[in-house]
Amino acid sequence: MSSGVIIKTPEEIEFIRQSSLLVGKTHAEVAKFIKPGVTTQKLNEIAESFIQDNGATATFKGYEGYPFGLCISVNSAIVHGFPSKYELKETDIVSIDCGVTKNGFIGDSAYTYALAGVEGEFLRLLRITLECLKIGITFAAPGKRIGDIAYSIQNHAEKNGYSIVRELVGHGVGKNLHEKPEVPNYGKPGNGMKLEVGMTLAIEPMVNMGRKNIKMLNDGWTIVTADGKPSAHFEHTIAVTENGADILSSFEEIEKSIKENKDLKSING
Amino acid sequence: MVKQSSIEQDGTIIEALSNAMFRVELENGHVITAHISGKMRMNYIKILPGDKVKIEMSPYDLTKGRITYRYK
Repeated sequence: MSSGVIIKTPEEIEFIRQSSLLVGKTHAEVAKFIKPGVTTQKLNEIAESFIQDNGATATFKGYEGYPFGLCISVNSAIVHGFPSKYELKETDIVSIDCGVTKNGFIGDSAYTYALAGVEGEFLRLLRITLECLKIGITFAAPGKRIGDIAYSIQNHAEKNGYSIVRELVGHGVGKNLHEKPEVPNYGKPGNGMKLEVGMTLAIEPMVNMGRKNIKMLNDGWTIVTADGKPSAHFEHTIAVTENGADILSSFEEIEKSIKENKDLKSING
Repeated sequence: MVKQSSIEQDGTIIEALSNAMFRVELENGHVITAHISGKMRMNYIKILPGDKVKIEMSPYDLTKGRITYRYK
């Protein structure tokens, strides 16, 4: 087969689950420190040392030359934002993307945080994006196709008046961060590769409040919306099983940290 | 971390259009139109519906491509 998709054994999926859960814990640790005035650089340091303390390595660091352990993308930045000296403000939305490698296997997950001053329309953007992810995951079952996931995500975002980024896609994940197949967030139902038991995918809708167009900053990594409007991004690592999708990463501990941090607002109100 | 949609992809020919253009379904499910590269034309490489091919895409227009290789 020229498809090149790597099917994982149940043991390998368990390793990916362990890495993915560590990603969730890293997120939860970072979330404790998000508050107005903290630099995104500081959050990156916290994550990098937390990952190291847990006997794993930050997958993104050095991946195709990416210089940091986290991608921190604030407001109109969609993904691949560099941690910097930027100090968070009370009304920012902050997308943090994290990947760790443990026992040779990778977990990959992203969450967009709302600081306490974030209101109405912005919170709704986060909520819809999270819903897109959840809806997309329900289509990750054997016999379904990549296009079914893609269409369900696109449909939910556009129905709510938002747009979907085209140039960036989800991906297979395992021993490598980016494996086949590509999982776009737009498409037609019934199109694309058929999903099989043992595939592990990172599903990650990126939803823009304004138009779908993007541009890249001069650092060669940071992707921002062309119209400067905010964008949200959520990501789970999942495995396709006979009973549908098995979500390997977890937002549970993240949401606990958000509840305990008075500088963060829960997306669900 | 998101992946940049790659410039090179594999696809399957769905139908032949006029002027050596083809409609191609990519592995990610998207259907694009693609023309055949000059080198393949020089070597009279025939392409039929159902053939697996390698496509080069432009990041600026995700609906068009160029067929650079036909798998055997």
